Amino acid sequence: MNKNWPLWEIFVRSKNGLEHRHFGSLHAADAEMALENARDVYTRRSEGVSIWVVESKHITASNPEHNGELFEPAQDKIYRHPTFYDLPDDVKHM
Amino acid sequence: MSEAQQNNNGAERSLSLEEIFEQRIANDEKIEPKDWMPEKYRKTHIRQISQHAHSEIIGMLPEGNWITRAPSLRRKVALLAKVQDEAGHGLYLYSACETLGISREELYEQLHSGKAKYSSIFNYPTITWADMGAIGWLVDGAAIINQVPLCNTSYGPYARAMIRVCKEESFHQRQGFEIMLTLCNGTEAQKQMAQDALNRWWWPSLMMLGPTDAESIHTEQSMKWKLKRKTNDDLRQQFIDQTVPQADILGLTIPDPDLKWNEETGHYDFGEIDWDEFWQVVKGHGPCNKERMNARVGAWERGTWVRDAAMAYAEKQQNKKENQAKAG
Repeated sequence: MNKNWPLWEIFVRSKNGLEHRHFGSLHAADAEMALENARDVYTRRSEGVSIWVVESKHITASNPEHNGELFEPAQDKIYRHPTFYDLPDDVKHM
Repeated sequence: MSEAQQNNNGAERSLSLEEIFEQRIANDEKIEPKDWMPEKYRKTHIRQISQHAHSEIIGMLPEGNWITRAPSLRRKVALLAKVQDEAGHGLYLYSACETLGISREELYEQLHSGKAKYSSIFNYPTITWADMGAIGWLVDGAAIINQVPLCNTSYGPYARAMIRVCKEESFHQRQGFEIMLTLCNGTEAQKQMAQDALNRWWWPSLMMLGPTDAESIHTEQSMKWKLKRKTNDDLRQQFIDQTVPQADILGLTIPDPDLKWNEETGHYDFGEIDWDEFWQVVKGHGPCNKERMNARVGAWERGTWVRDAAMAYAEKQQNKKENQAKAG
């Protein structure tokens, strides 16, 4: 046979009120085993209250070589930030 | 598009990419898996991270030897937790290494065939319970000194794995020191057992920090990439300076007649390390090299049917789901 266990990406919510954050990855035969392994590998000291597992092949990532086209257009839109607008100092609560 | 990317001349283009890359590292930027990197950077990182991962996995064996014979339940749960952490550290590191484009199977293959190395310290035997104390105190102590600077290394996934490893490692050293302290406060025979363990682990622990700077072929490049932040000799001196006062607290004698405080340098002077022994062990002629590899390869081979069965079960469940969806 010789079929290798696929790779899974592990996301953990460290406590309620916080988002799930990427913790790392591991190999497992299926989603259920990925959850069990993630419990042992990433939460041995109560680091989490919830775990998501996603098979790595399902993640589509942006290419850092295209960072220019993707992210630079935001750089000259300074009018999206509150400090762009001139207000007299005596205006309060704004 | 940057100037480097617009240049069509192959050789000049790759040189410029490399310059940009070195600049990023000099600016303390992190390199992430999909970023362009020189092939040598990738290869060096695969070598170092995998060697580190293999050391965690093989490092479980000398301590696993004593789990069933721990002298109390307190000691047993602590040792179990420590060995489990080591498995975890190996897994963090393997997955960091896989982001560089090498598969887990290739990594295991390199370990099992002897192509990849692991820390030579794990080729020494653990013959008494005091060895559990000495390993935690000295071997984990030296490992922490090695690992703390790596939390700042340039490759993102490695740095993140190391932060987690370092957070967990400090209990390892404390539990080891506590074992030593208990033995040293016990009967004369127990204290002797602690001294004997120190005698056997002291020199291999110093060797663990790597060959002297003059002999270390990778140091210069690794310093530039921040894969190493201090030289082997600096790390070794730091380890000796902080460990000697700890031995004094235990009331044990470091097995080095040349060891003495140097008022001028503000460091301990120490005796000659037997580098022939170090290279013998690295080359496979240590007391337990064969035993360790047999244990590791044997466990992997005996586990084949379990891995295959898990995969077959997963596929069966998947097919069942698909068939139900079609029928429904």
